Amino acid sequence: MMTTTEYRNLAIGAALFILAACLPFVGGAYLLTIGVTIAMYTVLATSWALFSGPTHYISLATAAFFGLGTYTTGLGFEHLDYWLLVPLAAILGAALAAIVGVATLRLSGVYFVIFTLGLAELIRQLVTWGQNVSGQKGLYVLTDLTEVHIYWQLLVLAALVYLTGWLIGRSRLGFALRIIGDDEEVARHSGINTARAKVLLFMVSGAAAAATGAILAPRYIYIEPALAFTPMLSFQVVIMALLGGTGRLWGPVVGVIPFTFLWEAISASFPNQTTLLLGLCFLAIVFILPKGFVGLLTTIRTRMNAREAFS
Amino acid sequence: MRADAPVLSLRGATKRFGGLVAVNEIDFDVAEHEVMGLIGPNGSGKSTTLNLISGALKPTSGTISLRGTPIGHLSAQEIARRGISRTFQLVRLLPSMTVLDNVRAGAVFGHRRRWGAEADAHAMKMLELVGLARRAHAHVGQLTYIDTKRVELARTLASDPKVLLLDEWLAGLNPTELTEGIALIRRLREEGRTIILVEHVMDAIRSLCDRCVVMSSGTKIAEGTPTEVLSDPEVIRAYLGDDDA
Ligand SMILES: Nc1ncnc2c1ncn2[C@@H]1O[C@H](COP(=O)(O)OP(=O)(O)OP(=O)(O)O)[C@@H](O)[C@H]1O
Ligand SMILES: [Mg+2]
Repeated sequence: MMTTTEYRNLAIGAALFILAACLPFVGGAYLLTIGVTIAMYTVLATSWALFSGPTHYISLATAAFFGLGTYTTGLGFEHLDYWLLVPLAAILGAALAAIVGVATLRLSGVYFVIFTLGLAELIRQLVTWGQNVSGQKGLYVLTDLTEVHIYWQLLVLAALVYLTGWLIGRSRLGFALRIIGDDEEVARHSGINTARAKVLLFMVSGAAAAATGAILAPRYIYIEPALAFTPMLSFQVVIMALLGGTGRLWGPVVGVIPFTFLWEAISASFPNQTTLLLGLCFLAIVFILPKGFVGLLTTIRTRMNAREAFS
Repeated sequence: MRADAPVLSLRGATKRFGGLVAVNEIDFDVAEHEVMGLIGPNGSGKSTTLNLISGALKPTSGTISLRGTPIGHLSAQEIARRGISRTFQLVRLLPSMTVLDNVRAGAVFGHRRRWGAEADAHAMKMLELVGLARRAHAHVGQLTYIDTKRVELARTLASDPKVLLLDEWLAGLNPTELTEGIALIRRLREEGRTIILVEHVMDAIRSLCDRCVVMSSGTKIAEGTPTEVLSDPEVIRAYLGDDDA
Protein backbone atom coordinates (compact mmCIF):
# COMPACT_ATOMS: atom_id res chain seq x y z
CA MET A 1 0.00 0.00 0.00
CA MET A 2 2.80 2.42 0.85
CA THR A 3 4.79 4.10 -1.88
CA THR A 4 8.55 4.60 -1.84
CA THR A 5 8.15 8.32 -1.16
CA GLU A 6 6.03 7.53 1.86
CA TYR A 7 8.67 5.13 3.20
CA ARG A 8 11.30 7.78 2.59
CA ASN A 9 9.27 10.47 4.38
CA LEU A 10 8.63 8.14 7.29
CA ALA A 11 12.35 7.38 7.56
CA ILE A 12 13.25 11.09 7.41
CA GLY A 13 10.66 11.84 10.08
CA ALA A 14 11.94 9.10 12.38
CA ALA A 15 15.55 10.27 11.93
CA LEU A 16 14.60 13.86 12.79
CA PHE A 17 12.86 12.71 15.94
CA ILE A 18 15.86 10.70 17.08
CA LEU A 19 18.06 13.74 16.45
CA ALA A 20 15.69 15.97 18.40
CA ALA A 21 15.63 13.46 21.25
CA CYS A 22 19.42 13.78 21.56
CA LEU A 23 19.26 17.53 22.23
CA PRO A 24 19.50 17.19 26.04
CA PHE A 25 22.82 15.34 25.68
CA VAL A 26 24.47 17.92 23.48
CA GLY A 27 22.85 21.27 24.27
CA GLY A 28 23.00 23.29 27.46
CA ALA A 29 20.14 24.40 29.72
CA TYR A 30 19.25 27.34 27.50
CA LEU A 31 18.95 25.20 24.37
CA LEU A 32 16.80 22.72 26.26
CA THR A 33 14.44 25.50 27.33
CA ILE A 34 14.12 26.59 23.71
CA GLY A 35 13.67 22.93 22.78
CA VAL A 36 10.74 22.56 25.17
CA THR A 37 9.12 25.70 23.77
CA ILE A 38 9.58 24.52 20.20
CA ALA A 39 8.26 21.03 20.98
CA MET A 40 5.26 22.53 22.76
CA TYR A 41 4.35 24.86 19.90
CA THR A 42 5.01 22.13 17.35
CA VAL A 43 2.38 19.94 18.97
CA LEU A 44 -0.06 22.83 19.36
CA ALA A 45 0.39 24.32 15.88
CA THR A 46 0.47 20.98 14.05
CA SER A 47 -2.64 19.66 15.76
CA TRP A 48 -4.33 23.03 15.25
CA ALA A 49 -3.56 22.82 11.54
CA LEU A 50 -4.90 19.26 11.30
CA PHE A 51 -8.32 20.76 11.93
CA SER A 52 -8.03 24.30 10.63
CA GLY A 53 -5.92 23.55 7.56
CA PRO A 54 -8.50 21.60 5.60
CA THR A 55 -11.65 23.12 7.11
CA HIS A 56 -10.48 26.78 7.13
CA TYR A 57 -12.13 27.24 10.52
CA ILE A 58 -9.87 29.43 12.64
CA SER A 59 -10.01 28.11 16.18
CA LEU A 60 -8.89 30.35 19.05
CA ALA A 61 -9.73 27.65 21.59
CA THR A 62 -6.16 26.35 22.03
CA ALA A 63 -5.84 28.16 25.36
CA ALA A 64 -9.08 26.58 26.60
CA PHE A 65 -7.82 23.05 25.93
CA PHE A 66 -4.31 23.82 27.11
CA GLY A 67 -5.63 25.29 30.36
CA LEU A 68 -7.93 22.34 30.84
CA GLY A 69 -4.87 20.11 30.56
CA THR A 70 -2.74 22.08 33.03
CA TYR A 71 -5.57 22.06 35.54
CA THR A 72 -6.05 18.32 35.05
CA THR A 73 -2.46 17.84 36.19
CA GLY A 74 -2.71 20.57 38.81
CA LEU A 75 -5.78 19.12 40.46
CA GLY A 76 -5.02 15.46 39.82
CA PHE A 77 -1.32 14.90 40.49
CA GLU A 78 -1.76 14.31 44.21
CA HIS A 79 -4.61 11.84 43.69
CA LEU A 80 -3.78 9.96 40.51
CA ASP A 81 -0.74 8.27 39.07
CA TYR A 82 1.11 10.90 37.01
CA TRP A 83 1.11 8.69 33.90
CA LEU A 84 -2.68 8.63 33.90
CA LEU A 85 -2.98 12.41 33.90
CA VAL A 86 -1.86 13.09 30.35
CA PRO A 87 -4.24 10.55 28.76
CA LEU A 88 -6.98 11.80 31.07
CA ALA A 89 -6.35 15.39 29.95
CA ALA A 90 -6.48 14.24 26.33
CA ILE A 91 -9.84 12.57 26.92
CA LEU A 92 -11.21 15.67 28.66
CA GLY A 93 -9.88 17.86 25.85
CA ALA A 94 -11.52 15.64 23.23
CA ALA A 95 -14.80 15.68 25.18
CA LEU A 96 -14.77 19.48 25.50
CA ALA A 97 -13.98 19.76 21.77
CA ALA A 98 -16.85 17.40 20.96
CA ILE A 99 -19.32 19.50 22.93
CA VAL A 100 -18.06 22.78 21.49
CA GLY A 101 -17.85 21.27 18.01
CA VAL A 102 -21.38 19.92 18.00
CA ALA A 103 -22.65 23.27 19.26
CA THR A 104 -20.68 25.56 16.97
CA LEU A 105 -19.38 23.85 13.83
CA ARG A 106 -22.69 24.41 12.16
CA LEU A 107 -22.04 28.12 12.53
CA SER A 108 -20.25 29.96 9.80
CA GLY A 109 -16.54 30.70 10.20
CA VAL A 110 -16.74 34.12 11.85
CA TYR A 111 -19.07 33.00 14.62
CA PHE A 112 -16.88 30.01 15.24
CA VAL A 113 -13.77 32.19 15.74
CA ILE A 114 -15.54 34.42 18.22
CA PHE A 115 -17.09 31.53 20.07
CA THR A 116 -13.77 29.74 20.50
CA LEU A 117 -12.10 32.92 21.77
CA GLY A 118 -14.97 33.41 24.20
CA LEU A 119 -14.71 29.82 25.35
CA ALA A 120 -11.19 30.21 26.75
CA GLU A 121 -12.24 33.40 28.53
CA LEU A 122 -15.37 31.74 29.90
CA ILE A 123 -13.45 28.80 31.32
CA ARG A 124 -10.83 31.13 32.76
CA GLN A 125 -13.53 33.16 34.51
CA LEU A 126 -15.15 29.97 35.81
CA VAL A 127 -11.86 28.69 37.22
CA THR A 128 -11.09 32.07 38.77
CA TRP A 129 -14.52 32.14 40.33
CA GLY A 130 -14.09 28.57 41.61
CA GLN A 131 -10.78 29.50 43.18
CA ASN A 132 -12.24 32.60 44.80
CA VAL A 133 -15.00 30.49 46.30
CA SER A 134 -12.57 27.91 47.62
CA GLY A 135 -10.20 30.65 48.78
CA GLN A 136 -7.19 29.53 46.72
CA LYS A 137 -5.32 31.76 44.31
CA GLY A 138 -3.51 29.15 42.29
CA LEU A 139 -2.22 25.61 42.43
CA TYR A 140 1.24 24.29 43.20
CA VAL A 141 2.34 21.44 40.96
CA LEU A 142 5.34 19.98 42.70
CA THR A 143 6.79 16.92 41.03
CA ASP A 144 10.27 15.54 40.58
CA LEU A 145 9.99 15.84 36.80
CA THR A 146 12.81 17.77 35.18
CA GLU A 147 12.92 19.81 32.01
CA VAL A 148 14.39 16.81 30.15
CA HIS A 149 11.43 14.59 31.07
CA ILE A 150 9.01 17.25 29.90
CA TYR A 151 10.94 17.65 26.67
CA TRP A 152 10.88 13.94 25.90
CA GLN A 153 7.21 13.65 26.73
CA LEU A 154 6.45 16.50 24.34
CA LEU A 155 8.51 14.80 21.65
CA VAL A 156 6.52 11.59 22.04
CA LEU A 157 3.31 13.59 21.87
CA ALA A 158 4.56 15.37 18.76
CA ALA A 159 5.35 12.01 17.16
CA LEU A 160 1.83 10.83 17.98
CA VAL A 161 0.34 13.98 16.45
CA TYR A 162 2.35 13.51 13.25
CA LEU A 163 1.41 9.85 13.07
CA THR A 164 -2.26 10.68 13.58
CA GLY A 165 -2.09 13.40 10.95
CA TRP A 166 -0.38 11.07 8.51
CA LEU A 167 -2.95 8.32 9.09
CA ILE A 168 -5.84 10.76 8.73
CA GLY A 169 -4.31 12.07 5.51
CA ARG A 170 -4.41 8.58 4.06
CA SER A 171 -7.91 7.81 5.29
CA ARG A 172 -11.40 8.49 4.03
CA LEU A 173 -11.71 11.05 6.84
CA GLY A 174 -8.75 12.98 5.45
CA PHE A 175 -10.19 12.91 1.94
CA ALA A 176 -13.56 14.02 3.31
CA LEU A 177 -11.90 16.99 5.02
CA ARG A 178 -10.13 18.07 1.84
CA ILE A 179 -13.47 17.98 0.04
CA ILE A 180 -15.14 19.96 2.84
CA GLY A 181 -12.36 22.54 2.65
CA ASP A 182 -12.88 22.90 -1.10
CA ASP A 183 -16.67 23.06 -1.15
CA GLU A 184 -18.86 22.07 1.74
CA GLU A 185 -21.97 21.96 -0.43
CA VAL A 186 -20.33 19.46 -2.76
CA ALA A 187 -19.16 17.47 0.26
CA ARG A 188 -22.69 17.19 1.61
CA HIS A 189 -24.10 16.27 -1.78
CA SER A 190 -21.45 13.61 -2.20
CA GLY A 191 -22.70 11.88 0.93
CA ILE A 192 -20.14 13.14 3.46
CA ASN A 193 -21.29 13.66 7.02
CA THR A 194 -19.60 17.04 7.23
CA ALA A 195 -20.52 17.79 10.83
CA ARG A 196 -19.08 14.50 12.06
CA ALA A 197 -15.84 14.89 10.10
CA LYS A 198 -15.27 18.38 11.47
CA VAL A 199 -16.09 17.44 15.05
CA LEU A 200 -13.74 14.43 14.90
CA LEU A 201 -10.83 16.57 13.76
CA PHE A 202 -11.60 19.27 16.29
CA MET A 203 -11.50 16.53 18.95
CA VAL A 204 -8.05 15.45 17.79
CA SER A 205 -6.72 19.00 18.10
CA GLY A 206 -8.48 19.52 21.44
CA ALA A 207 -7.00 16.30 22.82
CA ALA A 208 -3.47 17.21 21.69
CA ALA A 209 -3.65 20.73 23.19
CA ALA A 210 -4.99 19.41 26.51
CA ALA A 211 -2.27 16.75 26.66
CA THR A 212 0.33 19.48 26.03
CA GLY A 213 -1.05 21.50 28.92
CA ALA A 214 -0.97 18.46 31.18
CA ILE A 215 2.67 17.75 30.30
CA LEU A 216 3.75 21.36 30.85
CA ALA A 217 2.00 21.92 34.19
CA PRO A 218 4.95 20.65 36.28
CA ARG A 219 7.22 23.12 34.48
CA TYR A 220 5.17 26.07 35.67
CA ILE A 221 5.22 24.80 39.28
CA TYR A 222 2.57 27.36 40.20
CA ILE A 223 -0.46 27.58 37.92
CA GLU A 224 -3.16 30.17 37.93
CA PRO A 225 -5.99 30.89 35.44
CA ALA A 226 -4.34 33.92 33.85
CA LEU A 227 -1.33 31.79 32.94
CA ALA A 228 -3.06 28.56 31.97
CA PHE A 229 -5.79 30.13 29.85
CA THR A 230 -3.90 33.05 28.34
CA PRO A 231 -5.49 34.03 24.98
CA MET A 232 -1.99 35.00 23.81
CA LEU A 233 -1.28 31.28 23.44
CA SER A 234 -4.18 30.77 21.03
CA PHE A 235 -3.02 33.67 18.86
CA GLN A 236 0.60 32.56 18.85
CA VAL A 237 -0.41 29.08 17.71
CA VAL A 238 -2.46 30.50 14.85
CA ILE A 239 0.37 32.79 13.77
CA MET A 240 2.97 30.03 13.84
CA ALA A 241 0.79 27.59 11.93
CA LEU A 242 -0.05 30.21 9.29
CA LEU A 243 3.58 31.29 9.02
CA GLY A 244 4.62 27.72 8.26
CA GLY A 245 1.59 26.90 6.18
CA THR A 246 -1.26 24.53 6.87
CA GLY A 247 -1.27 22.77 3.52
CA ARG A 248 1.23 20.16 4.64
CA LEU A 249 1.77 18.16 7.79
CA TRP A 250 5.29 19.53 8.16
CA GLY A 251 4.18 23.11 7.50
CA PRO A 252 3.50 24.37 11.04
CA VAL A 253 6.89 23.32 12.45
CA VAL A 254 8.58 25.39 9.75
CA GLY A 255 6.76 28.37 11.25
CA VAL A 256 7.28 27.36 14.88
CA ILE A 257 11.08 27.29 14.82
CA PRO A 258 11.81 30.79 13.44
CA PHE A 259 8.91 32.30 15.35
CA THR A 260 10.14 30.87 18.66
CA PHE A 261 13.51 32.55 18.19
CA LEU A 262 11.90 35.77 17.02
CA TRP A 263 9.61 35.72 20.02
CA GLU A 264 12.51 35.09 22.41
CA ALA A 265 14.19 38.19 21.00
CA ILE A 266 11.04 40.29 21.17
CA SER A 267 10.22 39.27 24.75
CA ALA A 268 13.79 40.03 25.84
CA SER A 269 14.05 43.43 24.12
CA PHE A 270 10.48 44.77 24.35
CA PRO A 271 8.85 42.99 27.28
CA ASN A 272 6.06 45.58 27.49
CA GLN A 273 5.07 45.64 23.83
CA THR A 274 4.63 41.93 23.20
CA THR A 275 0.91 42.09 22.38
CA LEU A 276 1.43 44.93 19.93
CA LEU A 277 4.30 43.13 18.23
CA LEU A 278 2.28 39.91 18.09
CA GLY A 279 -0.41 41.82 16.22
CA LEU A 280 2.17 43.25 13.82
CA CYS A 281 3.59 39.77 13.17
CA PHE A 282 0.09 38.57 12.40
CA LEU A 283 -0.52 41.36 9.88
CA ALA A 284 2.88 40.85 8.30
CA ILE A 285 2.24 37.14 7.79
CA VAL A 286 -1.22 37.61 6.38
CA PHE A 287 0.02 40.25 3.89
CA ILE A 288 3.42 38.90 2.95
CA LEU A 289 3.03 35.14 3.28
CA PRO A 290 -0.70 34.36 3.15
CA LYS A 291 -0.01 30.69 2.49
CA GLY A 292 3.03 30.43 4.72
CA PHE A 293 6.41 28.96 3.85
CA VAL A 294 4.70 25.92 2.33
CA GLY A 295 2.81 28.16 -0.09
CA LEU A 296 5.97 30.13 -0.91
CA LEU A 297 7.78 26.91 -1.74
CA THR A 298 4.94 25.74 -3.98
CA THR A 299 4.94 29.08 -5.82
CA ILE A 300 8.70 28.96 -6.36
CA ARG A 301 8.49 25.39 -7.60
CA THR A 302 5.67 26.22 -10.02
CA ARG A 303 7.64 29.20 -11.34
CA MET A 304 10.74 27.11 -11.85
CA ASN A 305 8.75 24.48 -13.71
CA ALA A 306 7.20 27.18 -15.85
CA ARG A 307 10.63 28.60 -16.66
CA GLU A 308 11.88 25.15 -17.63
CA ALA A 309 8.85 24.73 -19.85
CA PHE A 310 9.73 27.93 -21.73
CA SER A 311 13.47 27.41 -22.08
CA MET B 1 -43.85 -3.19 -3.85
CA ARG B 2 -45.05 -3.34 -7.43
CA ALA B 3 -42.44 -3.51 -10.14
CA ASP B 4 -43.68 -0.30 -11.76
CA ALA B 5 -43.86 1.64 -8.52
CA PRO B 6 -42.16 5.02 -9.02
CA VAL B 7 -38.56 5.44 -7.92
CA LEU B 8 -39.16 9.02 -6.90
CA SER B 9 -42.42 10.77 -6.14
CA LEU B 10 -43.35 14.26 -5.05
CA ARG B 11 -46.72 15.00 -3.49
CA GLY B 12 -47.69 18.57 -2.72
CA ALA B 13 -44.03 19.57 -2.52
CA THR B 14 -43.90 23.25 -1.59
CA LYS B 15 -41.09 25.70 -0.87
CA ARG B 16 -41.64 29.21 0.35
CA PHE B 17 -38.99 31.91 0.62
CA GLY B 18 -40.72 34.42 2.86
CA GLY B 19 -43.69 35.61 0.81
CA LEU B 20 -42.51 33.98 -2.42
CA VAL B 21 -43.80 30.49 -3.18
CA ALA B 22 -40.96 29.18 -5.36
CA VAL B 23 -42.42 25.67 -5.57
CA ASN B 24 -46.15 25.35 -5.17
CA GLU B 25 -47.81 21.98 -4.44
CA ILE B 26 -45.87 20.04 -7.05
CA ASP B 27 -46.84 16.40 -7.73
CA PHE B 28 -45.00 14.05 -10.05
CA ASP B 29 -43.54 10.57 -10.25
CA VAL B 30 -40.42 9.31 -11.93
CA ALA B 31 -40.36 5.65 -12.97
CA GLU B 32 -37.27 3.49 -13.09
CA HIS B 33 -35.18 3.93 -16.29
CA GLU B 34 -37.16 7.03 -17.15
CA VAL B 35 -35.70 10.33 -18.31
CA MET B 36 -38.00 13.07 -17.13
CA GLY B 37 -37.63 16.61 -18.31
CA LEU B 38 -38.40 19.40 -15.87
CA ILE B 39 -38.89 22.52 -17.93
CA GLY B 40 -40.27 26.01 -17.59
CA PRO B 41 -39.32 29.65 -17.99
CA ASN B 42 -36.58 31.29 -15.91
CA GLY B 43 -37.40 31.56 -12.25
CA SER B 44 -40.24 29.05 -12.47
CA GLY B 45 -38.85 26.93 -9.64
CA LYS B 46 -36.97 24.11 -11.43
CA SER B 47 -33.72 24.43 -9.52
CA THR B 48 -35.61 24.86 -6.28
CA THR B 49 -37.46 21.61 -6.99
CA LEU B 50 -34.12 19.84 -7.52
CA ASN B 51 -32.85 21.43 -4.30
CA LEU B 52 -35.80 19.96 -2.45
CA ILE B 53 -35.18 16.50 -3.89
CA SER B 54 -31.41 16.57 -3.21
CA GLY B 55 -31.85 17.88 0.32
CA ALA B 56 -30.10 21.21 -0.35
CA LEU B 57 -33.35 22.77 0.89
CA LYS B 58 -36.05 21.37 3.14
CA PRO B 59 -39.61 21.47 1.77
CA THR B 60 -41.97 23.83 3.57
CA SER B 61 -44.65 21.16 3.15
CA GLY B 62 -45.45 18.08 1.10
CA THR B 63 -43.68 14.76 0.79
CA ILE B 64 -40.84 13.52 -1.35
CA SER B 65 -40.25 9.79 -1.38
CA LEU B 66 -37.59 7.52 -2.78
CA ARG B 67 -39.05 4.05 -3.49
CA GLY B 68 -41.88 4.77 -1.07
CA THR B 69 -39.68 6.00 1.81
CA PRO B 70 -40.08 9.67 2.72
CA ILE B 71 -36.81 11.58 2.37
CA GLY B 72 -38.01 15.18 2.65
CA HIS B 73 -36.75 15.55 6.22
CA LEU B 74 -33.30 14.06 5.55
CA SER B 75 -30.05 15.99 5.12
CA ALA B 76 -28.31 16.25 1.76
CA GLN B 77 -25.66 13.73 2.78
CA GLU B 78 -28.22 11.12 3.81
CA ILE B 79 -30.12 11.61 0.56
CA ALA B 80 -26.89 11.27 -1.42
CA ARG B 81 -26.15 8.02 0.36
CA ARG B 82 -29.58 6.71 -0.45
CA GLY B 83 -28.80 7.18 -4.10
CA ILE B 84 -29.83 10.61 -5.33
CA SER B 85 -26.98 12.46 -6.95
CA ARG B 86 -26.93 15.83 -8.67
CA THR B 87 -25.05 18.37 -10.70
CA PHE B 88 -25.38 22.10 -10.01
CA GLN B 89 -26.67 24.77 -12.36
CA LEU B 90 -23.42 26.66 -11.77
CA VAL B 91 -20.77 23.93 -12.00
CA ARG B 92 -19.21 23.11 -8.63
CA LEU B 93 -15.85 21.39 -8.69
CA LEU B 94 -13.27 20.86 -5.98
CA PRO B 95 -10.77 23.55 -7.03
CA SER B 96 -7.67 22.27 -5.23
CA MET B 97 -7.87 18.79 -6.67
CA THR B 98 -7.16 16.91 -9.85
CA VAL B 99 -9.87 15.68 -12.19
CA LEU B 100 -9.49 12.15 -10.86
CA ASP B 101 -9.79 13.23 -7.21
CA ASN B 102 -12.93 15.19 -8.02
CA VAL B 103 -14.48 12.04 -9.41
CA ARG B 104 -13.14 9.90 -6.56
CA ALA B 105 -15.19 12.08 -4.19
CA GLY B 106 -18.30 10.53 -5.70
CA ALA B 107 -16.85 7.01 -5.76
CA VAL B 108 -15.69 7.11 -2.13
CA PHE B 109 -18.65 8.67 -0.35
CA GLY B 110 -21.70 8.11 -2.50
CA HIS B 111 -24.48 5.56 -2.60
CA ARG B 112 -21.98 2.75 -3.07
CA ARG B 113 -18.86 3.40 -1.07
CA ARG B 114 -15.47 2.34 -2.32
CA TRP B 115 -11.91 2.94 -1.22
CA GLY B 116 -8.33 2.56 -2.43
CA ALA B 117 -7.65 0.90 -5.76
CA GLU B 118 -11.32 0.06 -6.25
CA ALA B 119 -12.33 3.72 -5.94
CA ASP B 120 -9.53 4.80 -8.31
CA ALA B 121 -10.53 2.23 -10.91
CA HIS B 122 -14.18 3.18 -10.64
CA ALA B 123 -13.45 6.90 -10.91
CA MET B 124 -11.31 6.20 -13.95
CA LYS B 125 -14.15 4.21 -15.52
CA MET B 126 -16.51 7.15 -15.02
CA LEU B 127 -13.98 9.48 -16.65
CA GLU B 128 -13.84 7.15 -19.62
CA LEU B 129 -17.62 7.20 -19.78
CA VAL B 130 -17.71 10.99 -20.04
CA GLY B 131 -14.72 11.02 -22.37
CA LEU B 132 -12.19 12.66 -20.06
CA ALA B 133 -9.87 9.81 -19.12
CA ARG B 134 -6.85 11.43 -20.77
CA ARG B 135 -7.25 14.49 -18.50
CA ALA B 136 -7.44 12.45 -15.28
CA HIS B 137 -4.34 14.00 -13.74
CA ALA B 138 -4.97 17.53 -14.92
CA HIS B 139 -5.83 20.20 -12.41
CA VAL B 140 -9.48 21.25 -12.69
CA GLY B 141 -8.37 24.87 -13.19
CA GLN B 142 -6.93 23.93 -16.58
CA LEU B 143 -10.15 22.57 -18.05
CA THR B 144 -12.43 24.01 -20.71
CA TYR B 145 -16.02 24.76 -19.73
CA ILE B 146 -17.52 21.58 -21.17
CA ASP B 147 -14.80 19.52 -19.52
CA THR B 148 -15.67 20.99 -16.10
CA LYS B 149 -19.22 19.88 -16.78
CA ARG B 150 -17.98 16.43 -17.69
CA VAL B 151 -16.05 16.20 -14.42
CA GLU B 152 -19.11 17.12 -12.42
CA LEU B 153 -21.19 14.56 -14.30
CA ALA B 154 -18.55 11.89 -13.74
CA ARG B 155 -18.51 12.71 -10.01
CA THR B 156 -22.26 12.26 -9.69
CA LEU B 157 -22.17 9.05 -11.77
CA ALA B 158 -19.34 7.64 -9.65
CA SER B 159 -21.66 7.26 -6.68
CA ASP B 160 -23.84 4.75 -8.58
CA PRO B 161 -26.94 6.87 -8.11
CA LYS B 162 -30.45 5.48 -8.43
CA VAL B 163 -31.67 8.88 -9.53
CA LEU B 164 -29.59 11.48 -11.32
CA LEU B 165 -30.56 15.15 -11.16
CA LEU B 166 -29.04 17.28 -13.93
CA ASP B 167 -29.60 21.02 -13.59
CA GLU B 168 -29.11 22.61 -17.03
CA TRP B 169 -26.15 20.40 -17.74
CA LEU B 170 -26.26 21.43 -21.42
CA ALA B 171 -26.48 25.18 -20.79
CA GLY B 172 -23.66 27.37 -22.05
CA LEU B 173 -22.22 24.85 -24.51
CA ASN B 174 -21.35 25.87 -28.06
CA PRO B 175 -23.08 23.99 -30.94
CA THR B 176 -20.35 21.33 -31.31
CA GLU B 177 -20.17 20.76 -27.58
CA LEU B 178 -23.94 20.60 -27.42
CA THR B 179 -24.01 17.73 -29.91
CA GLU B 180 -21.40 15.89 -27.81
CA GLY B 181 -23.31 16.68 -24.63
CA ILE B 182 -26.61 15.37 -25.98
CA ALA B 183 -24.87 12.21 -27.20
CA LEU B 184 -23.41 11.69 -23.73
CA ILE B 185 -26.75 12.00 -21.98
CA ARG B 186 -28.30 9.72 -24.58
CA ARG B 187 -25.70 7.12 -23.65
CA LEU B 188 -26.73 7.44 -19.98
CA ARG B 189 -30.34 7.01 -21.07
CA GLU B 190 -29.46 3.87 -22.98
CA GLU B 191 -27.73 2.50 -19.88
CA GLY B 192 -31.15 2.62 -18.28
CA ARG B 193 -30.46 5.34 -15.73
CA THR B 194 -33.24 7.26 -14.04
CA ILE B 195 -32.76 10.95 -14.70
CA ILE B 196 -34.49 14.25 -14.02
CA LEU B 197 -33.29 16.69 -16.61
CA VAL B 198 -33.80 20.42 -16.09
CA GLU B 199 -33.27 21.98 -19.51
CA HIS B 200 -33.93 24.97 -21.72
CA VAL B 201 -32.53 23.38 -24.88
CA MET B 202 -35.62 22.24 -26.79
CA ASP B 203 -33.77 19.84 -29.13
CA ALA B 204 -32.36 18.06 -26.12
CA ILE B 205 -35.76 17.85 -24.45
CA ARG B 206 -37.37 16.40 -27.58
CA SER B 207 -34.70 13.83 -28.21
CA LEU B 208 -33.88 12.76 -24.64
CA CYS B 209 -37.01 12.90 -22.48
CA ASP B 210 -39.68 10.26 -22.14
CA ARG B 211 -41.91 12.67 -20.34
CA CYS B 212 -41.90 16.28 -19.24
CA VAL B 213 -43.26 18.27 -16.34
CA VAL B 214 -43.68 21.96 -17.10
CA MET B 215 -43.49 24.53 -14.33
CA SER B 216 -44.48 28.16 -14.36
CA SER B 217 -44.23 30.48 -11.36
CA GLY B 218 -43.74 27.52 -9.05
CA THR B 219 -46.77 25.58 -10.26
CA LYS B 220 -47.00 22.52 -12.49
CA ILE B 221 -48.93 23.59 -15.60
CA ALA B 222 -48.52 20.54 -17.82
CA GLU B 223 -47.24 16.98 -17.89
CA GLY B 224 -46.86 14.54 -20.79
CA THR B 225 -44.60 13.56 -23.66
CA PRO B 226 -42.35 16.34 -25.00
CA THR B 227 -44.49 16.68 -28.14
CA GLU B 228 -47.66 16.96 -26.08
CA VAL B 229 -46.44 19.54 -23.59
CA LEU B 230 -44.59 21.66 -26.14
CA SER B 231 -47.78 22.08 -28.17
CA ASP B 232 -49.91 22.80 -25.09
CA PRO B 233 -51.29 26.36 -25.40
CA GLU B 234 -50.73 27.08 -21.71
CA VAL B 235 -47.09 26.04 -21.98
CA ILE B 236 -46.60 28.19 -25.09
CA ARG B 237 -48.18 31.12 -23.27
CA ALA B 238 -45.91 30.61 -20.24
CA TYR B 239 -42.81 30.59 -22.43
CA LEU B 240 -43.84 33.45 -24.70
CA GLY B 241 -44.72 35.57 -21.70
CA ASP B 242 -41.11 35.24 -20.62
CA ASP B 243 -38.42 37.30 -22.35
CA ASP B 244 -35.67 34.75 -21.90
CA ALA B 245 -37.52 31.82 -23.44
N1 LIG C 1 -32.43 30.59 -1.63
C1 LIG C 1 -33.40 31.39 -2.13
N2 LIG C 1 -33.90 32.41 -1.39
C2 LIG C 1 -34.87 33.21 -1.88
N3 LIG C 1 -35.43 33.07 -3.09
C3 LIG C 1 -34.99 32.08 -3.87
C4 LIG C 1 -33.94 31.18 -3.44
N4 LIG C 1 -33.71 30.28 -4.43
C5 LIG C 1 -34.54 30.60 -5.43
N5 LIG C 1 -35.31 31.66 -5.11
C6 LIG C 1 -36.37 32.26 -5.95
O1 LIG C 1 -37.26 31.23 -6.30
C7 LIG C 1 -37.71 31.38 -7.63
C8 LIG C 1 -37.42 30.12 -8.40
O2 LIG C 1 -36.02 30.02 -8.59
P1 LIG C 1 -35.31 28.76 -9.29
O3 LIG C 1 -33.86 28.97 -9.19
O4 LIG C 1 -35.86 27.52 -8.74
O5 LIG C 1 -35.79 28.94 -10.80
P2 LIG C 1 -35.38 28.10 -12.08
O6 LIG C 1 -36.64 27.57 -12.65
O7 LIG C 1 -34.31 27.14 -11.77
O8 LIG C 1 -34.83 29.25 -13.01
P3 LIG C 1 -33.62 29.25 -14.07
O9 LIG C 1 -34.16 28.67 -15.33
O10 LIG C 1 -33.30 30.71 -14.24
O11 LIG C 1 -32.53 28.47 -13.49
C9 LIG C 1 -37.01 32.61 -8.18
O12 LIG C 1 -37.89 33.70 -8.07
C10 LIG C 1 -35.82 32.79 -7.27
O13 LIG C 1 -35.48 34.14 -7.18
MG1 LIG D 1 -32.36 26.92 -12.28
